Amino acid sequence: MTARNRELIALIPASLLVSAGFAAVFISQDATLSTAARTQELSNLSLTIGGVFLALCLAVHIVLRFALPHADPYLFPLVAVLACFGLVVIYRIDDELAREQAQWFVVGLVLFVATIVGLRDFRKLERYRYTIAAASLILLLLPRVPGVGQQANGAYLGVGIGPISFQPAEFAKIALVVFLAAYLKDTRQVLVLGARRFLGVTIPPLKHFGPVLVIWGATMLMLVFIRDLGSSLMFYGAFMALLYVATNRLSFVTIGLGLFALGAWFIASPAGRVLPGTGQVEDRVNIWLDPFARGVVEKEGYQLAQSLFAQADGGLFGTGFGQALITQPGGKGVILPAPETDLIYAVITNELGLAGACGLIVVYLLFAQRGFKVAMLARDSFSKLLATGLAAVFALQVFVIVGGVTRVIPLTGVTLPFVSYGGSSIVANFVLLALLLMVSDRARREAVEP
Amino acid sequence: MNGPIIRLFGLVVLLFAVLVAFTSRWTVFEAEALRDNPANRRGLLAEQRIPRGAIRTADGKLIARSVKGRGDVYSRRYPLGELFGHPVGYSYTTIGRSGLEASENEVLTGQSDELVTALQSLVGRRQEGSDIVTTLDSGAQEVARRALQGRTGAVVALDADTGGVRVMYSSPGYDPSGLDDTKTYSRLSRDDTARPLVNRATFDAFPPGSTFKPVTAAAALDSGRYQPSSTVSAPSEKVISGVPLRNFGGEDFGTIDLTTALTKSVNTVWAEVGVKLGRRRMQEYMERFGFYEKPELDYPRGQMIASGVRKRDGLKKVTSDSVDLGRVAIGQGDLAATPLQMAMVAATIANDGVRMKPHIVSRIVDPDGRTTDRIRPKRAARVISADAARELAEMMKNVVREGTGTAAALEGLEVAGKTGTAEIDIARRINDPWFIGFVNDTAVAVVVERVQGGQGGTVAAPIAKDVLQALGER
Repeated sequence: MTARNRELIALIPASLLVSAGFAAVFISQDATLSTAARTQELSNLSLTIGGVFLALCLAVHIVLRFALPHADPYLFPLVAVLACFGLVVIYRIDDELAREQAQWFVVGLVLFVATIVGLRDFRKLERYRYTIAAASLILLLLPRVPGVGQQANGAYLGVGIGPISFQPAEFAKIALVVFLAAYLKDTRQVLVLGARRFLGVTIPPLKHFGPVLVIWGATMLMLVFIRDLGSSLMFYGAFMALLYVATNRLSFVTIGLGLFALGAWFIASPAGRVLPGTGQVEDRVNIWLDPFARGVVEKEGYQLAQSLFAQADGGLFGTGFGQALITQPGGKGVILPAPETDLIYAVITNELGLAGACGLIVVYLLFAQRGFKVAMLARDSFSKLLATGLAAVFALQVFVIVGGVTRVIPLTGVTLPFVSYGGSSIVANFVLLALLLMVSDRARREAVEP
Repeated sequence: MNGPIIRLFGLVVLLFAVLVAFTSRWTVFEAEALRDNPANRRGLLAEQRIPRGAIRTADGKLIARSVKGRGDVYSRRYPLGELFGHPVGYSYTTIGRSGLEASENEVLTGQSDELVTALQSLVGRRQEGSDIVTTLDSGAQEVARRALQGRTGAVVALDADTGGVRVMYSSPGYDPSGLDDTKTYSRLSRDDTARPLVNRATFDAFPPGSTFKPVTAAAALDSGRYQPSSTVSAPSEKVISGVPLRNFGGEDFGTIDLTTALTKSVNTVWAEVGVKLGRRRMQEYMERFGFYEKPELDYPRGQMIASGVRKRDGLKKVTSDSVDLGRVAIGQGDLAATPLQMAMVAATIANDGVRMKPHIVSRIVDPDGRTTDRIRPKRAARVISADAARELAEMMKNVVREGTGTAAALEGLEVAGKTGTAEIDIARRINDPWFIGFVNDTAVAVVVERVQGGQGGTVAAPIAKDVLQALGER
């Protein structure tokens, strides 16, 4: 069976899931609402969304048949499962948001196809590595530019230009991975060969390690200026992953993590308090250490505490679609803040329980597995590093937000890829998927016809 | 580079395993603690979204119902106001729950429904509570309220056959409507004189005085040591436990039989009978009647107390040497009983010596109108033989026919009863008048608190008569 036929078959479970999911939400809302007219409207809406969703998936599948016939057959169906699952959950929270999310979904698919068709050969990206690096830095700093930057919960995450607003970090993560893959492809040999051993530790040559230090500096800067602990963790983690795969030197990673810890410690230390915005990071850590403390649980710790309370209500199998308590009865306020973005995992755990949450994590793990598989099949260093970086940054993003919501690490505002509400996230992750599929197509084509 | 990639994937697997572990921690292992966290208001808020079931009287009057307010919030209404405040209680998110609203919370919120299909659990069940039909009678309850005329006290009426509580009125009452106003609530809960939030029928114990003599008589007859015709000397004064005990009014009755001794409520006779029966036998019969344990009523256990000899350090069994057995036998000597307990004594005698488990809930009706549960009468204990019970009933009928309880007599019906006048402050002549009695299957107990110069026969018996009459008409 060809890869594309496998993909088509794998899309069947996704289509079943979207139908079943909408049916479940529809039934639960039907039970709540009494008027027949409203019921009719809802059922029409849910069927329309489901139908359009499936048609889009099929259209993309056909594009892939022609453009990337050899690409990995499971990546796209996995994404379809995630995206439709996210759509169902968002629909359950707010049907208006689901409509918008569906529109973003279309935009994402268009950009996905545009990337594949327009770029044709992803290796072109190698040539523009420094341009891409500069672009990603500018993107990351944009939220602090007066006039266009937007602040939310003390972190500078959004950019608004006219009617369009987006989260640059979502795009910057791809740009950063492309740059690192291109850069490390060239320097990995020198980094290893030029290294000296000092006191039993392998020290890389400073000349070639310079740009790496620049990235470390940029990450620290992000912590201070963007105040976004989550994104910096994600970026730095992806950087460490690539450095390790490129050099196979655990000592480099140790040094890198040491530097990160040093920077974080400095920012949290009394000396670091003179820097603007460090209190934000410190607060997040304190909330993480004890979200239930008196005086914290009502204010700063409210979000995390409510996230855990909502999960506790989920139990093994959840309360059922549409049952999570998100707003105050009577519409007097929100109990679970940001349910469609940051805390969507808590909503899922509440309604589908531990079983549903584990299912979701397994889907993410399968996606990461396919991503790393692409990296292993690829022949050249750039392809290998690019695929590794994309898979790693994707997996890390899941870890950062789910870990934040479940109190493994401090909670920061990162989206759950393909599931959370948010245009930037959907679109950027579709570009990520497009790049992975392009690497995969090339790798598997070379494997078939050497 | 494939080696590091595999190891990197291994790290990702590890990280995701940590996510699963933490999700399990919150959803399963520490879920209980999270739900109990005082900052967690989800349970309370979720409850507001549930339409609680209605509570009705046996004659179909609505006592409590839920009304949908703005948004999806339900709140509780009590159309009959203070009439059923004590037995039914209240349910508010601000001050919590009491009474039936507390003890039957699972039924009223629909948590006790066990039949949930797989589809229902996936789409989420819209929780809806079941209705409760009680055994309470609105007419008789109203009669009890009016008969008490605002005096402090309590009236309990039981169906002797089934154990169903037909009247439970405690005065002063309170109106559960609007009690969620924290000012009203704290004012009522701080009122230590009237104590309007205390259900005197179940949570307040009074010296039962002579209404306890039927218990002593039951022990005497059932043990075979005495017959109704057994004679005992009844001088005006006897030394009991080393202290002289006098008859009411200092009367000397000569030598009389037990029927006469009960009819005229002769202290010296019943104290001697109690002493002769002995500590262990008296203790045994009291326990069979339900003393020394909280009633098995479908009511919050925190709102009930056990009856018995109550000293400073709690309940004391009659077998203890510190208890004045002779005085306990006539309802004194630190004996304290709840009106519910004394109603159970009367009901047991009425039911041929079998004590039934009391209950307020009659049946449970689900949101679709189906009766899902009907409370069946349950025997609690065989207290005395049927013969002894019938003999005792005859003796008690005589009390109403020609003794101290004539005020409870009903036209055309034979009322059995016993009066009691517990002396609280002899110098100021302040008493707690009591009456317990029954007609056919309806038993009643009445106590009025601290009435100057009041006696069971003049104060409590007329109230019992009114209530028995109201219940007899149905």
